[in-house]
Amino acid sequence: MSSQHFGYFPGCSGLGTSLEYERSTRAVCGALGVALTEVPDWNCCGSSPVAHTADHALSSALASRIFAQAESVGIADIITPCPSCLKNLHNALRRMEDPLFRARVEALTQRPLRRAHTTKSVLQVLVEDVGCSRIRDAVRRPLKGLRVAPYYGCLLTRPGDSMKFDNPENPVSLDRLLESLGAEVLPFPLKVECCGAAFGVPARDVVPRLSGKLLDLAAELDADAVVVACPLCQMNLDLRQDQINAANGTRHSIPVPYFTQLMAYAFGLGDEAEGFAKLAVSMAPAFARMEGRAAAIERQEREAAAREAKKAGSAAEKKSAKAASAPAGGGL
Amino acid sequence: METIGLHEADEDFIREVEERSGQALSRCYQCGNCTAGCPMSFTYDYPVSRLMRFIQAGRKDLVLSARTIWMCASCETCSERCPNKIDVAGVVEACRHMACRAGKDGVYAVKTFWDAFVLSVNQHGRAHEAGLLAMYMFRTGRFWTDVDLAPKMLPKGKIAILPHRIQGRREVAEIFRRFREGAADEEAVRSRLAAERRDDVVAAYSGEGCP
Repeated sequence: MSSQHFGYFPGCSGLGTSLEYERSTRAVCGALGVALTEVPDWNCCGSSPVAHTADHALSSALASRIFAQAESVGIADIITPCPSCLKNLHNALRRMEDPLFRARVEALTQRPLRRAHTTKSVLQVLVEDVGCSRIRDAVRRPLKGLRVAPYYGCLLTRPGDSMKFDNPENPVSLDRLLESLGAEVLPFPLKVECCGAAFGVPARDVVPRLSGKLLDLAAELDADAVVVACPLCQMNLDLRQDQINAANGTRHSIPVPYFTQLMAYAFGLGDEAEGFAKLAVSMAPAFARMEGRAAAIERQEREAAAREAKKAGSAAEKKSAKAASAPAGGGL
Repeated sequence: METIGLHEADEDFIREVEERSGQALSRCYQCGNCTAGCPMSFTYDYPVSRLMRFIQAGRKDLVLSARTIWMCASCETCSERCPNKIDVAGVVEACRHMACRAGKDGVYAVKTFWDAFVLSVNQHGRAHEAGLLAMYMFRTGRFWTDVDLAPKMLPKGKIAILPHRIQGRREVAEIFRRFREGAADEEAVRSRLAAERRDDVVAAYSGEGCP
């Protein structure tokens, strides 16, 4: 079971805007026997803005300090729920394979790394290391009847060479995971399209356009929820849904839970772990629809079973009648 | 229509973009696949494939002043779909880094937001969402930014009012200081490494194993 123990990097948003992702991740990993040790006194990973505007050596130096902190408690492999952090941790490790780049990073941190490190997303660990069959076994409340649009966002699998996970253009890991929870997973063609990222703050026309498109499609598909794996996507689609509606003249009310929240629900881990109260758009109507559909599905299944039984019954009756009417001792 | 003289190309600029991005720019044959998939094109002054052409033509000022390099969301769609495996987003990023170094203003709101983020990490060791948003509003004068979101977030405890300061924030601040002072500059590191190697050589010849 040594492979089921990881260093854990929550990321800055885990302390604020993606509190529910953070909590549900810990709860779900706990329930599945994946031990997490939080990287002590972790810092910002050097993600987007630092990488955007400064320099790769600076953003990698921030990532490198995280790995150095992990080393201080004997950890080499770090997992994180946030794709943006993941991308920077991955890029830092990849770039530091070059000795000159590594020397530049070490000139900033003054803390050379002593071990080889790896990093993965929480989703990757759940799908690859834990596996869908173990996830299926842990389900107490199947999401039967819940129609979900799996939205990966642009960063989780890209760039493919760096992330080394799933397919960068048509990923299916989240689809499989949600299926193993019992949900009805809809084909969602915009699953890796950009949501508008951090432009929600400095350029207000971007998110209504890009995230608006995602919500429009989800509504068209009659999805009960858009399921996400990224704090930035979640914020744009959920928290900014009213802004999007106002800008586009739409009236969407589609909940946008993290996949870990749905796992916590399916595993029956309780309100605190699920954290649905943290969402701007309530999950309650979606669950109500789910229950309605589940009841309908069960009714249909019962009726079908009854029909089958009746058919089998009448066939058996006919058979026994036939047997009774058959000439006695015929053939014998 | 403006004519671009290819003989006027700033070769140093082309080389620097190639070095910083690690990409061979001559491989771009202008198929436009990057532009076709780019979700942010509607915010650009030049579509990304045209920017690539401008870089090939060595149009330094035009490229480093382009709105495009600031509005790119780094979604990597272009890099994923380039038939010649050019990391187009990486090229755009390299140009943005160069624009910053050259002191270009960029798209003011975007750059101010990024700068607020970086400063927040510099100060606390982590990004403090509420603090950096406040800094952004103060600097841009856009005091109405996302005030409509506050009632959705505050009661749910999704906004940390105070920053989570880490113990090692001085260590992080030191990383930033060393960066500003040029400790990671390639030339400086290269010459230091060379000097260290020479020291090794000197040490070897003055040590016990010396013939």
